[in-house]
Amino acid sequence: MADKNLLLGDEALALGALHAGLSGVYAYPGTPSTEITEYIQLHPLTKERNVHSHWTTNEKTAMEGALGMSYAGKRALVCFKHVGLNVCADPFMGSAMTGANGGLVIASCDDPSMHSSQNEQDSRFYGAFAMMPVFEPSNQQETYEMAREAFDYSERRGIPVLMRMTTRLSHSRAVVESGDSIREQNQLHYPANPRQWVTLPVNARVRNRQLIKDYALFEEDAAASRFNWLKDGKDHSMGIIACGLAYNYLMENYPDGCPYPVLKISQYPFPRKLALELASMTKTILVLEEGQPLVEERLRGVFPTGITIRGRIDNAVNRDGELTPDAVRAALGLPELKAHPASEVVAPRPPALCQGCGHRDFFTALNNVLKDYEGARVFGDIGCYTLGWMPPFHSLHTCVEMGASVTMANGSAYSGTWPAVAVIGDSTFTHSGMTGLLDAVNENADIVVCISDNLTTGMTGGQDSAGTGRLEAICAGLGVDPAHIRTIVPLPKNYPEMEQVIKEEVEYHGVSVIISRRECIQTLKRHAKK
Amino acid sequence: MKKDIILAGVGGQGILSIATVIGSAALEQGLHLKQAEVHGMSQRGGDVQSNLRLSSAPIFSDLIPKGGADLIVSLEPMEALRYLPYLSENGWIITNTSPFVNIPNYPEMEKVMAELDKLPNVVALDVDQIAKDLGSPRSANMVLLGAMAAALYILEPEKLREGIRRIFGRKGDTVVESNIKAFDAGLEFSQKNR
Repeated sequence: MADKNLLLGDEALALGALHAGLSGVYAYPGTPSTEITEYIQLHPLTKERNVHSHWTTNEKTAMEGALGMSYAGKRALVCFKHVGLNVCADPFMGSAMTGANGGLVIASCDDPSMHSSQNEQDSRFYGAFAMMPVFEPSNQQETYEMAREAFDYSERRGIPVLMRMTTRLSHSRAVVESGDSIREQNQLHYPANPRQWVTLPVNARVRNRQLIKDYALFEEDAAASRFNWLKDGKDHSMGIIACGLAYNYLMENYPDGCPYPVLKISQYPFPRKLALELASMTKTILVLEEGQPLVEERLRGVFPTGITIRGRIDNAVNRDGELTPDAVRAALGLPELKAHPASEVVAPRPPALCQGCGHRDFFTALNNVLKDYEGARVFGDIGCYTLGWMPPFHSLHTCVEMGASVTMANGSAYSGTWPAVAVIGDSTFTHSGMTGLLDAVNENADIVVCISDNLTTGMTGGQDSAGTGRLEAICAGLGVDPAHIRTIVPLPKNYPEMEQVIKEEVEYHGVSVIISRRECIQTLKRHAKK
Repeated sequence: MKKDIILAGVGGQGILSIATVIGSAALEQGLHLKQAEVHGMSQRGGDVQSNLRLSSAPIFSDLIPKGGADLIVSLEPMEALRYLPYLSENGWIITNTSPFVNIPNYPEMEKVMAELDKLPNVVALDVDQIAKDLGSPRSANMVLLGAMAAALYILEPEKLREGIRRIFGRKGDTVVESNIKAFDAGLEFSQKNR
C-alpha cells in the first residue's frame, strides 16, 4: 500500500514520524517549521492513536515535554525554527546527557537568507556542541525516510537525533512515496540506565565519558550511512562535498551527471573517513553546504598539505545567504545562463500589517501619545507587530528575540530612559515575557508593558496562543497592581480613550500593563467562514 | 520534457491555489514536481512567489536558476516584471493587467505596460475584470490558470480541469463550475491573443 502524496518537506517529516509510531509532537510555531505540527494535528492517525499535538508555550517546554515522553519509553518529536533551539538550549544539551529512551527526534528548521527570521544560525553546530547525531535530508523523499529512521537510530544508540531542515526543503513540495507499514507505538517502559537521567555531577561525569566514546561511534555510523556516499567522477581536477540540499543545486547544473567525484553528506558527525577518501582523488575540494561553513571549517587541518579547500570562507560560494543553483553554478566555474536584465520599473513591496489589523490602531494611538515625550523609547518584540518599525509607524527602537521587549525596557529604564515602553504580542508574552514581567514587578520598574493581544499566534498563520483569555489574571498573579492593568480595544473610534489610558500609564511611575485586545483579522475571517 | 514556472503575486492574492491545482494534475499524470513556496512574514501584503517545476524526469533543485524559467505567471503586472532575470530567452509572461497598489511608490501603469510591451512573448489580460464579468470575482486566479494552460504543454487543459474538480470538489458543484468557467475564459483569451 505504498502511497504517493504531494508533500512539503515539513509534511514529509511529519508523516515519517507518524509512520514511525510517534506518540507526541511538542512544538511552538515558527517559520519554516510550523507545518510539521499542523500536519500531525490534522492527520487521522493522531486522533486514532491519541498522539499529543497541542502547541506548547515555548520551545523549552516543548523540549522538556518530549524528553519526558522519551523517558517514559515512547517516541517523541520536537519542532521549532532554528532560533527556538536557543530557547531550549538548556534541555537540548541536557538531553544528550540523559540520552533517549523512547526515540527522540528534534526537528530544527533553519532559515538561511532570513526570509522570516532575525539571523541565519546553522543548527548543525548545536549537534556537534551537544555531541548528538544530525540528520540533514537533501529532498522530500529522503526527509520522510530519514525521519522514520531517526527514531530507530535514536533508540538503537540511546541518543536524541537532531533533524536539520532549511526553508527551501521545509516549504517546497514534491511527490513522496511513503512506506507500506505503519509501526506500532511504543509501550510505556522506563530507562534501563536510570542514573543517567539524574544529571548530578557524580552521574554526569560518567555519562560524559560514555558520550564522548559514543560520538566516535556515531561518526562510524555516519560513514556507513546509506544517506552518505562517495561517487567517483571522470574528472579529478576537483572533488565536491555537497551537504543536504546543496546536493540538489550541484546536480541541477549537471543534468547528465556530475563529472567530478562527489561526497554527498546527510548524516553527521561529519565522516572524516569519507572525506579522506575523496581527498585521495583530488587536490581541490569545493564544499557546498546550506547555512554556515561548518564542514568547511572542520576540514581545514584534516587533510595532508597540498589540498585546497574552497567554499564559503574563501567566497567561492556566497559567505551569507542561502545557496541557489546560480551561486553553485558560479562556484563550479560554469558560465551564467542567458537571462533578461532586471526591470528598473519594479518597486520594492515590503511586507506590511494587514489593513484593519488591531496592531495598526494600537501603534497609531501609541505614536500620538509618545510624540509629546522626547525621551521615549519603545522596545519591540517578535511577531507581526515588529512591522511597527516600518513606515508609516516607525514606532519601535529595538527587536532582538522572544521576550526581550519587557526585560530590555526594564534595563533601559534603570539606566534613565523615560518613558520606557515594551510592545509584545500575547503569544510572545506567554512564551518568554512573563518571567521578565516578574523581574519588573520585583524591582518596581518604571515601565509600561503593552500586550498587543490578537488572541492568536498571528505571524505563523494563527495557531492557538497559550494565555488567551487569561492575560489579566496572569499579570495580576505576577504581582502587577490591578489598578494598572488596563484593557483597551484598538479601533479608530476609540483613539481618544486609548490615548488617555496610554498617557495615564506612562505618567504612572511603576509597572503598568496595557492590554490592547482585538482578534487578528485573518483568524476572524477564518472563524466567520466556519 | 520539463516546464519551469514562476508564480508571482502579492501576499493573499491566491497564487498558491493555482499551484495546488497544477500540483494535483501533475501528480495524477505521474509527472515529477517541485514547488517551493515562501511562508511567514513575507506573506503580509508583500511580494510573494512560488517556483513550480514540472518534468517527466527527476528534478533536483527546488529553485529555478536565473534565465531558466519557461513561464512567469503573475496575478499582478509589476510583480511579473520583478522576476525577469529568471525568465529564459524565449520564455513567456502570462500576467494580470490589474495592479495591486498597496505601496506609495507604485510605478505609473503606463511604464509597467511599456516594460511588458518590450518583451517578445507576453499574454496580458485583466483577470479581475474577466472574473467579474463571469459573475465570480473570486475566481480571478483560475482565469489566470486558464490563460497559462495554453502555454503549458506538459499538462493538457483537461487534466487541469480535473484538478480544479478535485481541489474545489468539497466546496460544492457551484464553486467547481464557476472555477471551470473562469479557467475556460482564460484559456480562450490566451489562445486568441498570442
